[in-house]
Amino acid sequence: MSAATATQSRHMFLNVGPQHPAMHGIVQLVLELDGERVLGCDVEIGYLHRAFEKQCETGPYNNAMPYVDRLNYVSPMINNFGYCLAVERLLDIQATERCQYIRVILSEISRISDHLTCVGASAMELGAFTVFLYMIKARELLWELIEDASGARLTVSYGRVGGVKADLPDGFAEKTAAALEAVRRVLIECDTLLTRNRIFVDRMQNIGVLSQEDAISYGVTGPFLRATGVNYDVRKAQPYFVYDRMQFDVPTGEHGDNYDRYLVRMEEMEQSMRIVEQALARIPDGPVMVDPEGREIPAAMMVDEAKVGQTGCFKSARVTPDPTLWGSTKPFHSGVNAAEKRAVLPPKEDTYGNIEGLMHHFKLVMMGHGIRPPKGEVYAAVEGANGELGFYVVSDGGDRPFRLRVRPPCFTIMAALPGLLIGDMLADIVPTFGSVNMIGGELDR
Amino acid sequence: MSAPGPVDAQQLSWMTTRLDAALGWARKFSIFQYPFVTACCGMEYMATACSHYDVDRFGAGFPRFSPRQADVLFVVGTISHKIAPVLKRIYDQMVEPKWVVAFGVCTCTGGFYDNYATVMGIDTIIPVDCYIPGCPPRPENVLDGLIKLQEKIQHGARVTLARPPELTIPHRPEEHL
Amino acid sequence: MGAPAGSVVELLTARFPQWVIASHAYRGDQTVIIRREGLLDVCWFLRDDQAVAFNVLMDLSCVDYLTFGRQQASAPMMRSPSPLPYFMKPKPAGAEAWQRHVDEEFRFEVVYHFYSTIKNHRLRIKVPVAVGDPVVESVTRIWKAADWFEREVWDMFGIRFRGHPNLRRLLMYEEFQGHALRKDYPITKRQPLIGPVDQDPSAPKVPIIVGID
Repeated sequence: MSAATATQSRHMFLNVGPQHPAMHGIVQLVLELDGERVLGCDVEIGYLHRAFEKQCETGPYNNAMPYVDRLNYVSPMINNFGYCLAVERLLDIQATERCQYIRVILSEISRISDHLTCVGASAMELGAFTVFLYMIKARELLWELIEDASGARLTVSYGRVGGVKADLPDGFAEKTAAALEAVRRVLIECDTLLTRNRIFVDRMQNIGVLSQEDAISYGVTGPFLRATGVNYDVRKAQPYFVYDRMQFDVPTGEHGDNYDRYLVRMEEMEQSMRIVEQALARIPDGPVMVDPEGREIPAAMMVDEAKVGQTGCFKSARVTPDPTLWGSTKPFHSGVNAAEKRAVLPPKEDTYGNIEGLMHHFKLVMMGHGIRPPKGEVYAAVEGANGELGFYVVSDGGDRPFRLRVRPPCFTIMAALPGLLIGDMLADIVPTFGSVNMIGGELDR
Repeated sequence: MSAPGPVDAQQLSWMTTRLDAALGWARKFSIFQYPFVTACCGMEYMATACSHYDVDRFGAGFPRFSPRQADVLFVVGTISHKIAPVLKRIYDQMVEPKWVVAFGVCTCTGGFYDNYATVMGIDTIIPVDCYIPGCPPRPENVLDGLIKLQEKIQHGARVTLARPPELTIPHRPEEHL
Repeated sequence: MGAPAGSVVELLTARFPQWVIASHAYRGDQTVIIRREGLLDVCWFLRDDQAVAFNVLMDLSCVDYLTFGRQQASAPMMRSPSPLPYFMKPKPAGAEAWQRHVDEEFRFEVVYHFYSTIKNHRLRIKVPVAVGDPVVESVTRIWKAADWFEREVWDMFGIRFRGHPNLRRLLMYEEFQGHALRKDYPITKRQPLIGPVDQDPSAPKVPIIVGID
């Protein structure tokens, strides 16, 4: 054998996935490697395709809520409220102010938990297991809040067309304040552990660089785009709910590398907490009045006192009626649900109590009636944790969506992924892919 | 101790019972899980594995991301028809003794995704030892299921190896396991 | 939303009168329906012209209008057994009524959503496509985002994009036959790669081919 053909080198094709330990779900990267350097990359998705769009066409508008939850399953509230916003625009109705504040509060709490999961998981993949555990602990505190408000930790189905499922529980503001304080402490700890950590910085800086032109051409939005320096946030550019009344900053990066994305996400969590605190301070109260000493009064005692003539101090008293008593939650219903009889269910007291309520409930829930937006189409965008989450709803006058298209934010980021990986080393795939925050439910729907 | 004489059947079966019990005890408290995480249940899986609910105190805290080194396959999240062959391959690559946990209602029965893309229950393609329903199941449910699986392991119940003929992957020559 | 109502639409209609079929601003969304022959011209204009500057292709999808208004679910309420109660009467049809503006022979409409980070305005472009000739020009050279969006439309609806570098299925597996989001593909029709077996073992095993174009 002559010396010219003694050695031969070829590029290696390595298959990463669809099942791999990066804990982000299932996606397949087919890499062409020259040693450790990535020369080519093909991304194969669709392993979690669950036919969301077709499934939503089979049922009434509110039935799509559980499916919508499971799109971006780390921040389900944002998906819920984005969908509700789209259908409400189609119906041309406006949610009540209190409901909008509630939606803002819970969206931001969801956003914080999404960023915690993303940063925690990507830190764990770089070896910082402690940061992961701390952030998941912080996420548990937020999930306790969400569970108090909606009944479920993860897949909440809390939004309804025209409102939300129920009002916030008592004491929510205090619990939130305590939880946010704990989350802040966790963030400070994790910041100390990571941000100036030599190993972390070396692995994240100048890796996975995305230029502004590429980002815009690929339709990338959210923290990914903001890390390249483009200041586009749907909450500021085209405000929805009550974001225009909130004061918050939108952090932007400079270089478009992994490290900037990490910093943008950390800062966004702090801004989200700011929004939650402002909203809780300003949320318009329902008819809540307290007795002269600020205490609640059990209803039975109020009745007894009234029987012996002591009624004077009860005029402005706050009462906690027995939950089985007629009308106990009815006043709160109007606070959180739009007064739109064509779309919003009546309070249960009316459903069981009078014939109009029963008819109203029946007509909305039974097949063949339901919420019937007029023929039309609408596109509504909210700021998801990964970027612009858009819902394009087409209605043909029926009780179910004719076409429900969701514009997933991480779809375009994953399309841009090959460009991010090519030129870097094999080990750089892990931090880059971690900073993409790919959520399979949203990507594949 | 007296000189070892002929061991009678009763004594032998007592010893093997003790041995089985010891093996079961050792196996159930050293579970190496393979988390086949696909969807939303993965978030509750993470929550169970982390400090608040801590699955490590049950001995199952170490995930092994290679099927050759794992013994319990946690199928977490919806299985679509596209990923089903991959799941079957991973299950086949695992070494005996192995157990399968169907985590989440999508893996138990398909959940509410009754459509062209979803496998309605992974027990249509691989045998399952423990079903943990829920959408997603709370971490307490997961720990309950894990304890039931541990009881099953203790009593030595094993996964059946019989494979119905129509459930084989079409073997394409250019692929190698 | 950003620009004053109608200005982008007016610019477009003035510049390309031969391609514009109709336009509307239903619920505040500026929408223009254009012929597919003019798609590339319009798209280059939208991206490069400084007055509109649509540098972001937000979304590219498709709608199948096969059963529009003809499903049981969309039957008018008055034909139902019992009429609506007085407090749920439908809103009187105001000035804002929506029409498709396109003949029934065009079964599909490819929908493009654009956004401009410079001008902060949005636009929707719809391109009607007939099922007999489901081909549209690809806009991958203009916005790179179109690459995957068009692959998904091909996968789910069967519309081919001329000039696309890599038109293959994105969400479903390659062996899948048919296009899943079309209205004539039943939602529960399964084509599994491996197991589970058919519910009816006596049914003849024929390949499932739906809506071949």
